[in-house]
Amino acid sequence: MSYKNHPLPPFALSLSKGRSFFRKKGKASTGSARTVLGALFFVLSTPALAQSLAITGATLAIGDGSEPIRNGTVLISAGKVIAAGAGIAVPPGTKTINAGGKWVTPGLVSGYSRVGLVEVPAVNETNDASARSPFSAAIDVAPAINPLANPIAISRTAGITRAVVVPSTGTGIFAGQGAVVDLGADMNPITRARAFQYVELGEEGAKDAGGSRPAAILTFKTMLREAQEFAKAPASYDGRSKDALLNRVDAQALVPVVTGAMPLMVHVESARDIVTILSLRQDFPALKIIIAGAAEGWMVAPQIAAAKVPVIAGGLDDLPSSFEKLAATQSNVGRMVKAGVAVSMGLMDRDEGLQLRLATQQAGNMVALNKVPGATGLSWGQALRTISSAPAEAMGLGDRIGSLKVGRAGDVVLWDDDPLEMTSAPIAVWIDGVPQPIDNRQTKLRDRYATPGEGALPKAYEW
Amino acid sequence: MRMLLIAALLASAATPAGAKKEKDAPAPTQGSSAEPDNPYPSTYKAYPGVATAIRGATIFDGEGGRIDNGVIFLSDGKVTAIGGPDTPIPADIAVFDGTGKYVTPGVIDIHSHLGDYPSPSVDALSDGNEATAPVTAHVWAEHSIWPQDAGFGRALANGGVTSLQILPGSANLFGGRSVTLKNVPARTMQGMKFPGAPYGLKMACGENPKRVYGSKGREPSTRMGNMAVNRQTWIKAREYQKKRAAGKDQTRDLGLETLADVLEGKILVHNHCYRADEMANVIDMGKEFGYKVTAFHHAVEAYKIADLLRDNGVCSALWGDWYGFKMEAYDGIRENIPLVHRAGACTIVHSDDENGIQRLNQEAAKALGAGRRMGIDIADEVAWTWLAINPARAMGIADQTGSLKVGKMADVVLWNGNPFSTYTRPEKVWIDGALLYDSANPKLRPVSDFELGQIGAGDVK
Repeated sequence: MSYKNHPLPPFALSLSKGRSFFRKKGKASTGSARTVLGALFFVLSTPALAQSLAITGATLAIGDGSEPIRNGTVLISAGKVIAAGAGIAVPPGTKTINAGGKWVTPGLVSGYSRVGLVEVPAVNETNDASARSPFSAAIDVAPAINPLANPIAISRTAGITRAVVVPSTGTGIFAGQGAVVDLGADMNPITRARAFQYVELGEEGAKDAGGSRPAAILTFKTMLREAQEFAKAPASYDGRSKDALLNRVDAQALVPVVTGAMPLMVHVESARDIVTILSLRQDFPALKIIIAGAAEGWMVAPQIAAAKVPVIAGGLDDLPSSFEKLAATQSNVGRMVKAGVAVSMGLMDRDEGLQLRLATQQAGNMVALNKVPGATGLSWGQALRTISSAPAEAMGLGDRIGSLKVGRAGDVVLWDDDPLEMTSAPIAVWIDGVPQPIDNRQTKLRDRYATPGEGALPKAYEW
Repeated sequence: MRMLLIAALLASAATPAGAKKEKDAPAPTQGSSAEPDNPYPSTYKAYPGVATAIRGATIFDGEGGRIDNGVIFLSDGKVTAIGGPDTPIPADIAVFDGTGKYVTPGVIDIHSHLGDYPSPSVDALSDGNEATAPVTAHVWAEHSIWPQDAGFGRALANGGVTSLQILPGSANLFGGRSVTLKNVPARTMQGMKFPGAPYGLKMACGENPKRVYGSKGREPSTRMGNMAVNRQTWIKAREYQKKRAAGKDQTRDLGLETLADVLEGKILVHNHCYRADEMANVIDMGKEFGYKVTAFHHAVEAYKIADLLRDNGVCSALWGDWYGFKMEAYDGIRENIPLVHRAGACTIVHSDDENGIQRLNQEAAKALGAGRRMGIDIADEVAWTWLAINPARAMGIADQTGSLKVGKMADVVLWNGNPFSTYTRPEKVWIDGALLYDSANPKLRPVSDFELGQIGAGDVK
């Protein structure tokens, strides 16, 4: 069984302190054409350096919404995509993997997650998603993202290479500033810190604001006005006065939100709440809104499209699980895309820290809807886009990650078959051109218990 | 009649291994502990169907068999014929072309909370856990079930689910009785109740009971507390059961009635349990008190003791890949299902979730893929046993449904492609031969009372 006991030493972690967007690149290396199995060995036995690499003969999906092509080639150099498509010439001497018809996609991007903030959600000590804190908007998840958290490795092994990390509200309607991260096996997880501010304005927002939507909206508007006051005269802003809703730190954190320098991710589900938050720009014209949730988005899809507001949806919501989701349907995403809304998918309801790999299931089911009379699905390429370039673009990072277009990060996944099928899995994963380990805690447990019962020594000695 | 049945069971092979056989049960008499027989009976009636055949489909029969280019014939609510392309069917019946499509027995979910934790998920409808005492063997999940949960309809249309077991939650060590339903909408729970299905008893080990009661400052607050309360309870149950079997006078006790039925093999034990070491303890507790666990539910560490589960004849009802959400789920792996299957233990795919129940076929696909990657090559048709005959057996309904055998209920799904593909959905679903979902017919789609007149009612969900 080739999956077992590969000769990989414990994966070396890069400890460089750089926080630049792209990691330091390794020198280009050379090699000859390899088979897919060869590629596997290659990935496992090569130090973590970005290399020049060509993958040829692939069923290739770019991630931009276009449909996959046969016999495609991807060229990676210095950690970036140099070329991807059909009929691409591989420079002589480039290390080349012949995919033999297998699938290649950009590394997948989770549009909504808490990966790296959580190890075991129900074990409080390992859950950094929210806090009962005097602070809210100023909270910044980036320093807490733990690249060694097991769900990072588990998600990476499943082809997820980047994720939007969303804080959860603890006190009040603002949760703080989320980040975009990579899932690479190194100590530099941050793609963009303070990528957006997060606010609850639906049922959860009503609860966080004391019990009603009007209270949530009033709280929201008042807090943004306080941020404006802070921006005008930071020294004279009195965050300790009894009238102030925001302390100085939180007020300062909301300044870039009011000026539009930082996107505002708003969680709402119902059609009514969506319309309400779109109208917030009457009071705050610079707001750069991203809607998270939008279970009833299809009902007001033309308005969302006209407002040019991207949506990050759960995708498979189809139950009236709350009164703000009465019209939930799996056709929500397809209908919004058809109306011209830029839709991404993420984990909205559960396991946001753990199950990023469900992205392929969400996308695959969007394709399934095409065969259901009356439903609105997505083409395969569109479906992949919702878990690759669309979330990258929603974060303003579409020119850097999320697709295999020229100049994007060398985040590449080689799959053993169609990635949107549940029977498929990655063979190899690169992030910024760096080959990634394809084992994790779960594969170790699998190997230990591949045969039940103890051998010559207890299971504890099998490692 | 009922007491006679008990006596017959006591003398039969219903007694689990390790238990002393009860001999020579005395002649039954009606003491004050006499129970009414079946006080909340099923009123389910199959809806009329028309004689129907499907030709040219790939058939998974649910017991591991596969027929390519197969023919299945349904009439009078039953599977009347099944076989290859030459299987004779009457001339004047509805015939569907199944070319490129697949036919399976309806999916059976052994672990659901539809109706007792329904949508919408609001406190007023939250009826799944009687979390006021660790031993609530006296509650019956069926008395919580709200038939207007829209989740039943989604499970039918998107998941091809035709039968399901509704369990109490896992806050308690003894959570209460489960009930098995046919997935046919009705005005009452009894209108959905699977005729003749045995009851189950929900038990739970591990974190939930000790957390729920520990946080209230009462027993159990530890795993040893869990086991101690369990064992004390079984001691009382055996005492009650002995008196009842002997026809002696005692005040009726609903909880002990249920437990006595477990000890007599009439109620099946469905035990929520994650960790390998705890499952081993529970297996031996069954031997100590003379009952058998039918299935461990969730069992994310079943793969660690697959041999033990096989040797003790205990099923495992498992997820495809859910893991890590709490400490006892930390060691979940995607190969759990194929590893347990390969060891020769009974393997079931379950949902425990109103969304997961719509995609149990995809959960099985995850397991199939994970298994094949590690060299466990399970055929598609064999994997379908995880969704069909295996849960049917563990729910005690395998004589009536769970596979496409002549004479069984015509609980059938026609899929629009290979059901292990993400791109495949149910095209038509029959229950007892009645066509209750047809993707091409917008009116053949259930709309619950809750949804009726609301936005989105009748939409393709």
